[in-house]
Amino acid sequence: MTALATAGTQPAHRPSVISGFFPIIRGLIFAVVGFAIGAAVAAGIRVATGAPAWAPTQTSSVGTIPSTEQIVTVGFIFAVPAWLLGVGFLETTVRQWFGYRTRPVVTDWRRYLTASEDHKVIGLQYLATFVVVLLVAGLGAMTMRIQLMQPDNQFLTPDIYNRVMSFHGIAMVSVAVAAVMGSFGNYFVPIMIGARDMAFPRLNALSFWLIPVVIVSLFLSELLGGWDSGWTAYPPLSVRNASGQVMFNLAIIVFGLSSILGGINFIVTTIKMRAPGMTWGRVPIFVWSVLSAAFIASFFTQFFAASLTMVLLDRLVGTNFFIGQGGAPLLYEHTFWFYSHPAVYIFVLPGFGMALEVLAHLSRKPLFAYRWAVAGFIGIVGMSGIVWAHHMFVSGMPSALLGPFLVTTELISIPTGLIFLSALGTVWMGRLWLTTPMLFALGFTFNFLIGGVTGIFLADVPTDVSLHDTYFVVAHFHYTIIGGEIFALFAAFYFWFPKMTGRMLSERLGKIHFWMMFIFFNLTFLPMFWAGLHGMNRRIATYQNDLAQVNLFISINAFLLGSSFIFFVFNVLRALLWKKAPRAEANPWRARTLEWLVSSPPPVENFPSTPIVVGSPYGYGTGGRPHAVFALAGASDEEVTA
Amino acid sequence: MTTMPLVAEEHALQADTHVEGHAAHHEEEHDRPGINRMGLWLFMASESCLFIAMAAARFYLAGTTKGEVNLALGLLLTVILLGSSWLGYQATGAIKVGNRRKAIAALLLASLLGVVFIAGVGVEWSTAAFGKDLVPPASPQATPFGTAFFAMTGLHVLHLFTGLVGLLLVTNLLRKGQFGPGDYWGVTAIVRYWTFVDVMWLVVVFPVLYLL
Repeated sequence: MTALATAGTQPAHRPSVISGFFPIIRGLIFAVVGFAIGAAVAAGIRVATGAPAWAPTQTSSVGTIPSTEQIVTVGFIFAVPAWLLGVGFLETTVRQWFGYRTRPVVTDWRRYLTASEDHKVIGLQYLATFVVVLLVAGLGAMTMRIQLMQPDNQFLTPDIYNRVMSFHGIAMVSVAVAAVMGSFGNYFVPIMIGARDMAFPRLNALSFWLIPVVIVSLFLSELLGGWDSGWTAYPPLSVRNASGQVMFNLAIIVFGLSSILGGINFIVTTIKMRAPGMTWGRVPIFVWSVLSAAFIASFFTQFFAASLTMVLLDRLVGTNFFIGQGGAPLLYEHTFWFYSHPAVYIFVLPGFGMALEVLAHLSRKPLFAYRWAVAGFIGIVGMSGIVWAHHMFVSGMPSALLGPFLVTTELISIPTGLIFLSALGTVWMGRLWLTTPMLFALGFTFNFLIGGVTGIFLADVPTDVSLHDTYFVVAHFHYTIIGGEIFALFAAFYFWFPKMTGRMLSERLGKIHFWMMFIFFNLTFLPMFWAGLHGMNRRIATYQNDLAQVNLFISINAFLLGSSFIFFVFNVLRALLWKKAPRAEANPWRARTLEWLVSSPPPVENFPSTPIVVGSPYGYGTGGRPHAVFALAGASDEEVTA
Repeated sequence: MTTMPLVAEEHALQADTHVEGHAAHHEEEHDRPGINRMGLWLFMASESCLFIAMAAARFYLAGTTKGEVNLALGLLLTVILLGSSWLGYQATGAIKVGNRRKAIAALLLASLLGVVFIAGVGVEWSTAAFGKDLVPPASPQATPFGTAFFAMTGLHVLHLFTGLVGLLLVTNLLRKGQFGPGDYWGVTAIVRYWTFVDVMWLVVVFPVLYLL
C-alpha cells in the first residue's frame, strides 16, 4: 500500500522541515504585528480622551490604574485575527479577495501544521496539543506535591504556589473540556455516523486554531505578574490582583468561543449528516454522549464568557459589577457556576460515552440498556442547568436556596446512575478481552463509583458546610475527572490509536501504564479524603503539622502516578518513530462500528462510498445483520458486506 | 472482510491526488441549506444566552430600580432598528428575484441606519446622568444601574458593529456580482443575524433598561 501510495503521489521534491513550520511562524509574526497595531489604537483612544498614552501602573485603594491592561486588551483583540490569518485560516478566500494566486492545499505531513479543514487532521491536532498540555499541567501538579511534602515547606513562596495551582487548574480544565471532544469527537463522530466531514469544516479549523492563542496567552500572562486566583477567578481578588489576570480572562473567553463553535458544529453534524439508515436508535453511544456535551458547551459557555467580561469591564472601564458601590461578588459565583457546573458534564459525558463504547466492543456483548443510557445523557443535559448553587452552600446566598439545590443535585444522580448501570450490565457475563483499553474502561467504572458516592456528602448541605474547601472536595473531583474522564480518555486513546495512526501500541507497556496509573491514582487520592476530613484546606501552600505523614504519603504516590506517564509517552513514541513498530490492520479489535470498516488510518474522505446502515452497532453474538454495508460506486447492485 | 480495505486504499489514492479542498464534490449528499440554517440558528440561540446573562446581572445588581434614561431617544432608536431590519428583508427579497441594484441599495440603507443607531447610543452615553463619573479604576460613583446600562448597551453595540461589518462585506460581494436567485444564502444569513441583533434590543436590552 505504501509503495503504491508514494508512486501515485510522489512530490517533485521533499519539503524541508522548516517549510512545514512556515504557517505557524508567519502566524506568530502576524500576531505580534496585530498586537502592535491594537496597542497603538488603544494608546490613540487614550490620548483622544485626554489621558496619557501610557502611565505606569499604580496601586490605589480601589485597584490599579489600568493603562497597561487597556493596551494589552485591545492589542490582544487585534492579535487573534492576525494570528488566524497568518496560520493559514481562510487563506484561499483572502487570497482570492485581494486577487493573489491561490496555492494548492498541502496533503503531506505539513497539513498537520496549518489550518487544515479535514476533521481527521483537526482531531489529531487537538490530541497532540492536549496530550502536551496534560503532561505540562501534570508537572504543575508534581511541583505542588513537592511543596506539600511537609508543612511550612519553603520550596515555593505562597505567591508562586498560588500561581502554579491556578495554572494547573485551568490547564487541566481545558484538557478536560477539549481533549476528548476536540480530538476523539472530531476524529470519530463524523466517521461513526457515516459522514465525510463535519458540517462546517472551516469553523472546525477555527475552533482548533484558537487553542494556541489560549495556551500562549496563559504563559505570556506571567510577564504581567501571572494570576493567583485559581481557575475559578472569583472577584474581588480577580478585579484587584496583578495584570496577568486580564490575559487569563481574555484567553478563557477565546477558549469559550472555540468551545461554543465546536459544540454547534457537533450538533449540526450529528443531526443533519447521518448516513442513510443511521436512525437515532443505531447511533453509537459515543456520538450520543458528544451530542449531549455539545448542547451544554453551546449554550452554557456564554455565561462563563459573560462573567469574565464583567470582571474585565470592572478592571478596564470602571464599572461596578463586583466591587465599589453596589457591587456583588456573589453575582460572579452564580454566573460562573451556572456554566462551570454544567461544564463538568462537558468533561465527563464524552468520557461515559467512550467507556461504554469500549466496554461493549471488548465484552463482545450488545450495549446493555442502550435506550436507558441515552435517556441518562438527555436527562443530565436537561438537569445540568439547575444544580449550580451546590457549589455555593457556604457563600452566604439566601438560605431558602439551600434545600432546592440539595434536591436537584441528588436528583441528577438518577440519570448518571442509568449510564453507570448500563456499563455494569454490559460487562456482566461478557467474555471480556482484558486488553489495555478495556482495563482503562473498567478502571473508569471503579473510580467513578468512588467519585460519585463521595459527591453525595458534598451535595448534602449539613456535611458540605464542614467539607467545603477541604481536600475532601479535591479528592472528590479528581476521582470524577481523572478517575472518570481521563481514564476513559486513555481507554479511547489505546482503543483508537491503531485506527488513527495505522500503528499498534505495545500491550505490555500499555498494561504497565494502566496498573501504575490505577494503583498510584488511588493511593494518591484516597488519603486526600482522610486529610480533608481532618481539616486540610485546599488551595493553600501549607497545612497543620499533624497532617505531615499523610501528605508525605500522598506526595510519594503522586510522583509514582506521574512517572506512569513515562511508559505512556515511550509507548507512543515507539509506535510512531520505530520503523519496525507493528502496523495496525483495519479492525484489530473485531469491532462493528463504522470506523473499523475502513483502512487504518481511514482514507481522506473516510469511505469508498456512502455507507448504508442496516443494523445495530452492538449486535455481538446475536447473529444478526452487520452494522453497515457499502454500495460500491459505479456498481451499485454489488454490495460488499463488511 | 478482505475486499474492504483494498477498496479504501484505492480511494485514498484518488483522494490524495486532488488538492482543491475535499468537501465540495459530495455536497449533494447532504441538505446544505438546512445545515447552514441550523448552524446559524444555534449560533444566535447561543449568543442570546450572553444577553440573558447580562440581563440577569442587571436585575441581580439593581433590582427593579431604573436610572434616568432618555425614553424618547430609546423609542427613536428602536424605530430606527426596526426600519433597518425591514430594509434587510427587502434586500433578501430583491436578490431572490435577481434585482441586484435594489438589494445593494437596501443593504446600504440598512447599514446607514445602523450607523445612525450607534451614533444615537453615543449621544445617550455622553448625556446619561449616571455615566459622568465612569472612569477607571472602579469609580465609587458608578451606580449598579449605570454599570448594567453601559455593559448591556455596549454589548449590543458590539454585536451591531459586527453585523455592520458583515452587511458591508456582503454588499461588496453583491456589487462584484456574487449571489443571485439560486444562491443567496450569504445575504439571508447576514440579514438574519442583523435581525437577531435588533431582536435582542427589542426584547432584552430596551425593555430591561428603558421600559421597566
